Amino acid sequence: MTTMVRTRPITRYHAWGRRLLIGVAVTYVAFLILAPLTALVAGAFQDGLGAVLNALSQPDVRQAFWLTLIIALITVVVHAVCGTAVAWVLVRHRFPGRRLLNGLIDMPFAVSAVVVGYMLLLLFGRQGLLAPILTRLDIQVAFALPGMILATLFVTLPFMTRELMPVLEAFGTQQEKAAATLGASGWQTFWRVTFPALRWGFIYGLTLTFARALGEFGAVLVIGGGVQGRTETATLFIYRALDERMVVGAYSAAVVLGLFSLLLVMGTDLLRRRETAGRGR
Amino acid sequence: MMTTIALPKATKGLRIPWGRWGVRGVALTYLTILLILPLLVIFRDGLREGVTGLWQQITAPAAWHALKLTLWTAAVMTVINSAMGLLTALVLVRYDFPGKSWLNAVIDLPLAIPTLVTGVMLVVLYGPQQALGAWLKEEWGWRIIFAPPGIILALLFITFPFVVRTIQPVLMEMERAQEDAAATLGASSWIIFRRVILPPLALPLTSGALLSFARAIGEFGAIVIVAGNIPMLSQTAAVYVLGQVESDNRMGASAMSIVMLTTAFTVILLVDALHRRGRE
Repeated sequence: MTTMVRTRPITRYHAWGRRLLIGVAVTYVAFLILAPLTALVAGAFQDGLGAVLNALSQPDVRQAFWLTLIIALITVVVHAVCGTAVAWVLVRHRFPGRRLLNGLIDMPFAVSAVVVGYMLLLLFGRQGLLAPILTRLDIQVAFALPGMILATLFVTLPFMTRELMPVLEAFGTQQEKAAATLGASGWQTFWRVTFPALRWGFIYGLTLTFARALGEFGAVLVIGGGVQGRTETATLFIYRALDERMVVGAYSAAVVLGLFSLLLVMGTDLLRRRETAGRGR
Repeated sequence: MMTTIALPKATKGLRIPWGRWGVRGVALTYLTILLILPLLVIFRDGLREGVTGLWQQITAPAAWHALKLTLWTAAVMTVINSAMGLLTALVLVRYDFPGKSWLNAVIDLPLAIPTLVTGVMLVVLYGPQQALGAWLKEEWGWRIIFAPPGIILALLFITFPFVVRTIQPVLMEMERAQEDAAATLGASSWIIFRRVILPPLALPLTSGALLSFARAIGEFGAIVIVAGNIPMLSQTAAVYVLGQVESDNRMGASAMSIVMLTTAFTVILLVDALHRRGRE
């Protein structure tokens, strides 16, 4: 029996047209993304593995990576709590100004990192708006760790909230109501019913926040000043190393930083896909 | 990603002992300190001498040049990115070929790589001391690094996922029946593309393009590495702000920041409006 052949018009482009389109797309991606990536790795290893390891074990490099890690970890913890609260309020509560707030959450995506740093400087800097209060309390924010954390918090604000909002919305409230009917307390319901449903959104939000925090540059440069050994993060080290023509050091640190965020994001993505596929969803 | 999410209807769910006011208090205080206060301060600072004062700062030669450079490189990037993003999404959705899943994975790379690292990558590849960079300069007279082409390349790298990933889902859901019908009626593949495939993609394509434009206006990390900080030549708006902050010209820094903020927020509002129209 001759079955109806399902025609796919686009594949009816002549074979060469099809090949041309695929060729253009692959070439473009190879030229735009893969070529620079390869060049960086090759550049870092131009003097061999020993040079890379040597460059990375310098005390200022280690200190810079350490500072980056601390800032990223604090950022993740704060957003785990406050980012979740923001998502919760935007999905579950109604109040005037809710739509404006929902729009503002996306601001950090579009605000230049330099502007973020500058805004914080206007608030917390020596001549800043809050300077009198800060001097009285003897807290230093600008050109110190607190300012750099604030800058990183600003830049990573949307990730947690935007990952959680759709999940929270899709989950709805039925199961929570059922739990409440069965006599569960508010917290019990949250930890036993709501949170497990949000888990992957939560984990993915954390990873994105962490990866973004590792790579933040412009905002911490302006608010932190990039003082070597004090406020120099990994990205600021790369910037300085390039300036001082410490090529291998700069390239190696860039490879490590890029690889780390890449593995983090792609790894979580893979895990999540496996998990959701395993459940047959 | 950068898509504005539509607000769902508020729903009443579980009750937590210290109540909704506790959560709401935390969330709103947090947003106010982190987001609203800094934004207000910069507008107050930039508009201290009124709109004319702001205008004077923006039209100072170096500022004006930086703003123009930022806008035109972002525009060129947006055009190339829209075309190539559309093509890549089409190829990924409609064709099967070896290495397809690979190509699909590579598209997300720019989202995970810090933009400063992107800048370093481009310098390693196209820098004047590097093999390829030197060759391009000697043979063709092309300058990539410390020049607009480098800026455009960096922006293309960073924003590549935006267009592809907004178009892809729409393309996947598209019914083939209409294309079949058009083909049966004798339409050429080009006509099918223009009249059947393209119209439903117009909305996601526009919003993807606008988002990449907004993202490009503020980009700093990659550009400061690739273009350097040469006023009147390769200095973009974000790098200009850094320069003004460092030389203590508060008015100049605030004025440029306000222009960048306003542009970005307008574009985001536009995308939001497009999404709402798309759902209706």
